[in-house]
Amino acid sequence: MFSDHRLIAFETIVIKEVRRFMRIWTQTMLPPIITISLYFVIFGNLVGSRIGEMGGYRYMEFIVPGLIMMAVIQNSYSNVVSSFFSQKFQRSVEELLVAPIPNYVILSGFIVGGMARGLCVGFIVTLVSLLFADLPLYSLSITIGVVLFTSLVFSLGGFINAVFANNFDDVSIIPTFVLTPLIYLGGVFYSIELLPPFWQLVSRLNPIFYMVNTFRYGILGTSDIDVVWAFAMLVLFAALLFGACIWLLRRGTGIRS
Amino acid sequence: MSVAISVNNLEKVYASGVAALKGVSLEVEQGDFFALLGPNGAGKSTFIGILSTLVKRTGGDVRIFGRDVDTHLYQTKLDLGVVPQEINFSQFEKVADIVLTQAGYYGLPHKLAAHRAEKYLKQLGLWEKRDTRSRLLSGGMKRRMMIARALVHEPRLLILDEPTAGVDIELRRSMWDFLLEINREGTTIVLTTHYLEEAEQLCRNIAIIDEGNIIENTSMKKLLLELDIHAYILDAENVLDTDLEHEEPGLILRKVDSHSIEAVLSGGRDINSAIAVLDRLGIRIISMRNKANRLEQLFLSRLQESGNGGD
Repeated sequence: MFSDHRLIAFETIVIKEVRRFMRIWTQTMLPPIITISLYFVIFGNLVGSRIGEMGGYRYMEFIVPGLIMMAVIQNSYSNVVSSFFSQKFQRSVEELLVAPIPNYVILSGFIVGGMARGLCVGFIVTLVSLLFADLPLYSLSITIGVVLFTSLVFSLGGFINAVFANNFDDVSIIPTFVLTPLIYLGGVFYSIELLPPFWQLVSRLNPIFYMVNTFRYGILGTSDIDVVWAFAMLVLFAALLFGACIWLLRRGTGIRS
Repeated sequence: MSVAISVNNLEKVYASGVAALKGVSLEVEQGDFFALLGPNGAGKSTFIGILSTLVKRTGGDVRIFGRDVDTHLYQTKLDLGVVPQEINFSQFEKVADIVLTQAGYYGLPHKLAAHRAEKYLKQLGLWEKRDTRSRLLSGGMKRRMMIARALVHEPRLLILDEPTAGVDIELRRSMWDFLLEINREGTTIVLTTHYLEEAEQLCRNIAIIDEGNIIENTSMKKLLLELDIHAYILDAENVLDTDLEHEEPGLILRKVDSHSIEAVLSGGRDINSAIAVLDRLGIRIISMRNKANRLEQLFLSRLQESGNGGD
């Protein structure tokens, strides 16, 4: 896929991205780990002990997959949106655009950078969760597959957000007003079986619901949805978003005048 | 001599409706040190933006070293190094990392990239600062780092958009020496600058752009030869009479202050005639200088001819 020089360019972008989020780890890595650890303590341990079981598992075990997925989604998204927008803002993106790098290499570099942060935070959150719950790991391949595709989809989403962002407010609007509600209503803290039929139907329109449930299936072996269907949707989303990003880069939207 | 840049009927109309370039045609020869001058908003940065592919043109053709930029984009970009007017690197990264990252973008293997980064950071006096975060560099150092970054892949064509803006005179002159050296080694250089002395010192050919049109495109020598009026400031040894004012064909002398005289020469008159007149008046001249940069006079006169006051 990549010739030698393109591979070097790709590696350079990835290394730059990883170096960026590692350099500011107190802003990028630490806060999500602390926040989600608090979720474990408050919702999983203190509140969860009074809730009892959900979906046939202790409440703590039920919410752990959703919280891990929440960390992956938020960090994959925010890494790409903040990094690419910062480069637009500082105009250092011009050096990338002037260089002989195809658009798909630029995009891949940023996406892999976003995935790296999402997976890194997700992995650390998983380690923390082991202090509170036993994770049986029903299917390793489904677990890894869904987390990779979810991270990919939200990195691509972050890239599109960054392309259209004109100021720092535009960077935070989507995560605050779209992503967070979708995650919270995506079955992280409850099974949709608890909802009335109408709201069950509404929940099924939320793509994050499929990601959380497929990941939960990979770990616990229980799910509200068909896993094959969920994977098909993830692949479709990833393909559509990748195509959209390439189209935007080719048009120069937000980056060339 | 082959052509490094060839643009034909280049046009750019921004979405706002502003026509920044109105059919610009220009050629820059390989190995040239070329000045592109113009007042603010004349279209210089748009022109450079189109060459570097950051700005999409709305008309015309661009060829770099004979290759159409549309059909040979990859090779064109390899041949090009750009030093933009604005500081455009991450303020949080170290100097060496910025240059090495740029090398990576151009596909240089790490060993070669490290060698080139060392070479250019040393040549530009930044090697000692290689582990310094870029935001801690002085303005002049940031400018030099941008030149090192643009050169790390050793482009055949270097475009410098006001590279010495805000740089003190001593440093500016050392940058001139460096640029002349890489030009001698074969790199074609296109320079935009507001320091007309800089263009006069460095460039062999010049184009003046105004309101999106090229209003002058010639060699620096030819352009300066066209200059018919020379103004000098002469410093007198003794205190001058209050009413010193002398005028004859091709020569005007007038007092500037108690020890200075302005001499304006035209019609082929040389400075010796002015000094001879002053000598007859018993005024001894101990030093002299150009009142204004010669190119500056020409630049302003061309802008006035084209209907722009050059303000």
